Amino acid sequence: MRKSTTTTRRSFLGQAGAGGLALVSGSAWADTTVELPLPGGPRERALTTAFPQKATMILQRTRPPLLETPFEVFDRGVFTPNDQFYVRWHWAVIPTEIDVASFRLSVSGHVDKPLSLTLNDIVDGLPRVELAAVNQCSGNSRGFSQPSVAGAQWANGAMGNARWMGVRLKDVLDRAGVKPGALQARFAGLDQPVVDGAPKFMKSLALDHARDGEVMIAYAMNGEQLPLLNGFPLRLVVPGWYSTYWVKMLDRIEVLATPDENFWTKNAYLIPDTPGADMTPGQAGVKMVPINRMVPRSFVTNLKDGATIKAGAATALRGIAFGGAAGVKSVDISLDNGVNWRPTMLGSDEGKYSFRQWQTDITPPAGAVTVMVRCTNSDGLAQPKTMNWNPTGFMHNAIESLHLTAA
Amino acid sequence: MINAAQVGFGAAILAGVVLAIIGHPGPQDLPAPVTTASPSKPQGFVLKSVSVELPTSDITFPGGAAADAINANCLSCHSAGMVLTQPDLAKATWAAEVDKMIHAFKAPIDQANATAIVDYLSETKGAK
Ligand code: HEC
Repeated sequence: MRKSTTTTRRSFLGQAGAGGLALVSGSAWADTTVELPLPGGPRERALTTAFPQKATMILQRTRPPLLETPFEVFDRGVFTPNDQFYVRWHWAVIPTEIDVASFRLSVSGHVDKPLSLTLNDIVDGLPRVELAAVNQCSGNSRGFSQPSVAGAQWANGAMGNARWMGVRLKDVLDRAGVKPGALQARFAGLDQPVVDGAPKFMKSLALDHARDGEVMIAYAMNGEQLPLLNGFPLRLVVPGWYSTYWVKMLDRIEVLATPDENFWTKNAYLIPDTPGADMTPGQAGVKMVPINRMVPRSFVTNLKDGATIKAGAATALRGIAFGGAAGVKSVDISLDNGVNWRPTMLGSDEGKYSFRQWQTDITPPAGAVTVMVRCTNSDGLAQPKTMNWNPTGFMHNAIESLHLTAA
Repeated sequence: MINAAQVGFGAAILAGVVLAIIGHPGPQDLPAPVTTASPSKPQGFVLKSVSVELPTSDITFPGGAAADAINANCLSCHSAGMVLTQPDLAKATWAAEVDKMIHAFKAPIDQANATAIVDYLSETKGAK
């Protein structure tokens, strides 16, 4: 199956700029398109530069924005530039103006001392921490589901890696003083539903997780304040967990003494409680649980599916991998449909939750060659050979295959 | 640091062709992380207020009168792209989606319109 993003020739020529990938576009709505190799179609998407603080993105939905990162961006480095970091909102009432002086983050509920924190309180009043971590949509790669399922039809670009800077959630909760008996912390942002009575987007974490010292409230990514569409001014960072928990424009934390019953925690973002979140279409009686830890993935970034390489000569292969909820232990490739695997060279280690680059070379004889790439994380979890299926297209992480011709 | 592998790749992109990678980079030649993140100074990170405009979409569902119900009821919460990018799905799946919009997301849609919308969707985007 073809899984890399293919850009049409016309759009590539249109994009060619001094920066190589810096896309030049006259109009706000770029007149270029991209073909996503989605088996269920439709495949064509517009490339757009119309969104604030964003360079060229793949337009999945205008309102509320769903913007996918063009896959070639992942070849540029281990960190995903802010202006091409993917964007995903649920409800269309998104503030377009945020005043840093009047913004407040509230902490309420089952605490000794409810708080209303200014951005200064957070930036200057609490210890600063930094962490590189992958943010990936639960439904990244949903468009490859077979049979097809409803939902944003992402290819592989609903993910990104950034160096997040902010404060520990634990430090904020400690300042409020969590009362005994608290179970969960619930997070909400400034975005609002479009109609009355509809469920506001909120997510909860178990209190122990919220206080593990790794979960952060970030006010910067890659050294700069967050783009508005990535959650300015504050975003929850839940290392190793899917992005649904990384609440954007975070302005409210409630400490709960009873389990969160809100729609988005209780009824949405559920996966089958099976290995790899895998089930068969129509399977009855499957227990569903909230999506949680990410699983390992790896991609080739310097060659596209269908490319022709030189036979009998060494061709460099490189890409990115991440371990999910653990670090990358190894990235291996196979040229014989997964019978034999050989290791690749890993790039610098930016931390266990980060993308990690890998590199190797292949010297195939003339003919067709399929390259499979597989990440194994430091917990020993490896990518599966076949793609999982579930009705919401969550947690895809099967081994990617790249079909090349050596000539 | 820009190295040979990156230059090679950039050039390949520029040419719009794939991809005779130049050279044979050794392990030390992995592309340098592209990041603006410098190790943070302990003090003095300043956030600035932001004001932006978000683009809108005026795309509607094609099909004339057959699309009246979907155009009247399915464009308030999300633009048409949400639906137009969907793959072909079984009629029962479309019915479940419309039901979810009404019951989970509180879309105010009456039964007659819901039926017309499901018919339209299975007509235009029904799994064969
Ligand atoms: C009251 C608001 C509202 C209305 C009106 C509405 N939707 Fe939705 N719709 C939503 C929300 C919220 C989502 C989830 C958005 C997300 O995940 O980004 C959604 C998602 C979807 C999806 C993606 C699959 C999924 O279940 O998440 C489809 C398809 C869809 N809507 C179709 C429709 C159709 C068809 C109509 C007209 C019958 C409609 N919507 C009307 C709120 C609405």
